[in-house]
Amino acid sequence: MQAEQVEIAGFLKQYPPFDELPDTEVDQVACQVEISYYRAGSDIFQFGDEIHDLAVIRSGAVEIYRRNGALYNRLSEGEIFGQLSLLMSQRVRLPARAIEDTLLYFIPESVFMSLCERYDSFAYFVEVDDNMLHQAVVNKQEKSDLMVSKVTALISRLPVMADTSATIREVAQKMTAAGVSSLLIMDCPRDGLNEAATMETDQCAEMTLAGIITDRDLRTRVVAPGLDLEASVTDVMTVDPITLDVDAYAFEAMLTMLRYNLHHLPILEDDRPVGVLATSDIIRYESQSSLYMVSTILRQTSVTELAQLQPQINACFVRMVGEGANSHMIGSAMSVIGRTFKQRLLELGEATLGPAPLPYCFLALGSMARDEQLVVTDQDNALILDNRYLPALHGEYFQQLAAFVSDGLDRCGYTYCTGNIMATNPEWRKTRQEWQQTFADWIDNPNPEALLNCSIFFDLDGVWGKLDWAAQLNSFIALKARHSPRFLASLARNALNRTPPLGFFKDFVMEQDGQHGSSINLKRRGTAPLTDLIRVHSLAVGAKVQNSFERLDDVADAGILPPGIATDLRDALEFISMVRIRHQAADVEAGRTPSNNIKPEMLTDFDRRNLKEAFKVLSNSQRFLKFRYPMAGR
Amino acid sequence: MVNKQAIDWAAQFHERALKATDERLQRFYQRGVVAADTPLAEVPLVALDFETTGLDPAHDEIISIGLVPFDWQRIRLSESRYWLLKPNRGLTETSVPFHGITHSQLDDAPDLMHILEAVLEAIAGKIVVVHYRNIEREFLHSAVKKRLGEGIRFPMIDTMALEAMLYRYGLLSLLKRLIGWRRESIRLGDSRQRYHLPHYGQHHALTDAIATAELLQAQIRHRYSATTPLSELWV
Repeated sequence: MQAEQVEIAGFLKQYPPFDELPDTEVDQVACQVEISYYRAGSDIFQFGDEIHDLAVIRSGAVEIYRRNGALYNRLSEGEIFGQLSLLMSQRVRLPARAIEDTLLYFIPESVFMSLCERYDSFAYFVEVDDNMLHQAVVNKQEKSDLMVSKVTALISRLPVMADTSATIREVAQKMTAAGVSSLLIMDCPRDGLNEAATMETDQCAEMTLAGIITDRDLRTRVVAPGLDLEASVTDVMTVDPITLDVDAYAFEAMLTMLRYNLHHLPILEDDRPVGVLATSDIIRYESQSSLYMVSTILRQTSVTELAQLQPQINACFVRMVGEGANSHMIGSAMSVIGRTFKQRLLELGEATLGPAPLPYCFLALGSMARDEQLVVTDQDNALILDNRYLPALHGEYFQQLAAFVSDGLDRCGYTYCTGNIMATNPEWRKTRQEWQQTFADWIDNPNPEALLNCSIFFDLDGVWGKLDWAAQLNSFIALKARHSPRFLASLARNALNRTPPLGFFKDFVMEQDGQHGSSINLKRRGTAPLTDLIRVHSLAVGAKVQNSFERLDDVADAGILPPGIATDLRDALEFISMVRIRHQAADVEAGRTPSNNIKPEMLTDFDRRNLKEAFKVLSNSQRFLKFRYPMAGR
Repeated sequence: MVNKQAIDWAAQFHERALKATDERLQRFYQRGVVAADTPLAEVPLVALDFETTGLDPAHDEIISIGLVPFDWQRIRLSESRYWLLKPNRGLTETSVPFHGITHSQLDDAPDLMHILEAVLEAIAGKIVVVHYRNIEREFLHSAVKKRLGEGIRFPMIDTMALEAMLYRYGLLSLLKRLIGWRRESIRLGDSRQRYHLPHYGQHHALTDAIATAELLQAQIRHRYSATTPLSELWV
């Protein structure tokens, strides 16, 4: 009796081409598997070797090379390789190397051949060349250091730590002795840490990060107010600081630091600190960083000064594109910059008009909330007001504050919203209760106008004031929308309004808007319908994140899409975004006004081919949307 | 530390082959043992895992056996084996959800005696690899002894002991923590994570045997080499 391999078969069944085979067939295949472990950096297939198995990646990551050593593709969990060599020559044509610790399932040649013969879907899958679009994205990302480096590459020393029992003076002495600008405060439930400034992790098994203290904290929280140096450091440290896992990529660290305006970011491995990333560590990687831009904005003392920064913002954008950043990095950086403008304008506004009579939260909507802002952008914003708000009493103040910010943003390059989605519009200044009621109403009565509003307002992010109010509204939407099938079906319909230009080469659809002549609007026909589509899935799974890539992660985790679709969508969004971004950067550099329109004859063959592929992914996914969220009672 | 006072396994096997009265055990010992100085790349291995009704080899019993032959490069699932065994005493209620094996599954299962020959055949001439040897070594010994009046001993590679050694935990303190705790499957998962091996649903003897084989391959790749002599690892 042959032993069943439930674990192995269960894994294979999740991925193409095995997902299309009958279960019993996959069970049989699993029993023939051979397993092998490869350490990161080791060769799996070398050119010219005999090859007798199809390789399936169970965990880890593998790079496939051309014979000349150029990277051909990068593969991860669930992907296969070796099929072309098996089919064509039984010799390795494309060498493979493990770039992470990797576990492979090998399927013997005889089993592979038999599957090819008996199942068309299997044969078709393995005979078609690897997904070109994915390769295009991989190749692009290869160029950026920040994209491929893990945070660990940026950490230059062990973290310097002290126990929660330490005094401010002791901590300052320790920092001076070690020559560091930040120090981690550890909770150690048993005995305190010993004298050593840097610690072996096993000195205290259960220690957890309690806080962080920086040079700046010592200045602003200790020296300036004249605190007793013998007081506990816990009085002045930042409690429960934001941290990042050791597995994160360098660009995630950059995004996190940008997003929260941090100068020191502790990196944890299994809850234990392994280092602290400082702004300077990132800047070494990303010269003239967008991090600088944020602090520059915060230093300006008038709207006029702020308005003069626009060329620098554009230069920062062009630089990031040139350095090979991906669309998530660029979109996040530009969004943080946009948010910082709003924050500074609100500070200046409050300084001019006096403090607000009631608590409020200033909202960013749309692309800025999604961390997907680029250089061509208008302002979408709104205000959440305290429930005690009385128009007669407080209306005047918030009208003036909104106008101050909105006019300021316009001067800084964020043009007025043509749809009047701005806090200057009294309709978009509501109390917390009113917003909740409005959102509930849109979800319950999804008429065309409501749906249009949802696609703008449901991507919301607090930028100033009572930020938790924005988070609460976001949670409210996430909770209510997923249980409203009629709303989801309507929103899905709405997401089909804008279609991709299929038949891209021959008879593709172009915008005839006079000014741009025959061209394709990559936002209207590409990224916007993709974000619309991703939003529907994201609301359906109750995701609270806003960024389209992060939404896709949540959607993929929820398992509501067929396997591979989330990756396809991610690649499609990344590719279209990057074509759009590169063209805007080229416009900026040439002194033209950047736009979302491109003329097809301006595209390289490579871009055309991959755009076509990306539009196909969008089109197929739109069809799936109709099927996934059917209209009830038709 | 792992016990390094070298046991002369070749001599032991020779002696036991003469002393054993049961034919199956005689044949097993007659197949001999891999030489101590054999480089790891040439050692035929077989990962072995038991699920048991409890922790005490004197009272508890084996209810399933999984094994998979492998070498330092390939784990061969096509040669893997899995048996359910009928315990004399039956399952205690608490152990049922833990293993996911039910009474009715075991009602039709054979006694160890009926499959002993197949088990010994599968491991003879190979080095047995386990994660935490005190279970597999002691349970097999006492189950065989109960039935045949004589026990069984052979060398093992214990991936858990290798981890303990590598991470410089004192083995004694580790064992102390573990005695009375049949929870080394958690340890197996933890050890695997350190080598970036995937998470497997556990408490299935065959899955755990495969997981152990993968762990040893990873340990060899990271900590040893193809030429490391077997004697550095076995106990």
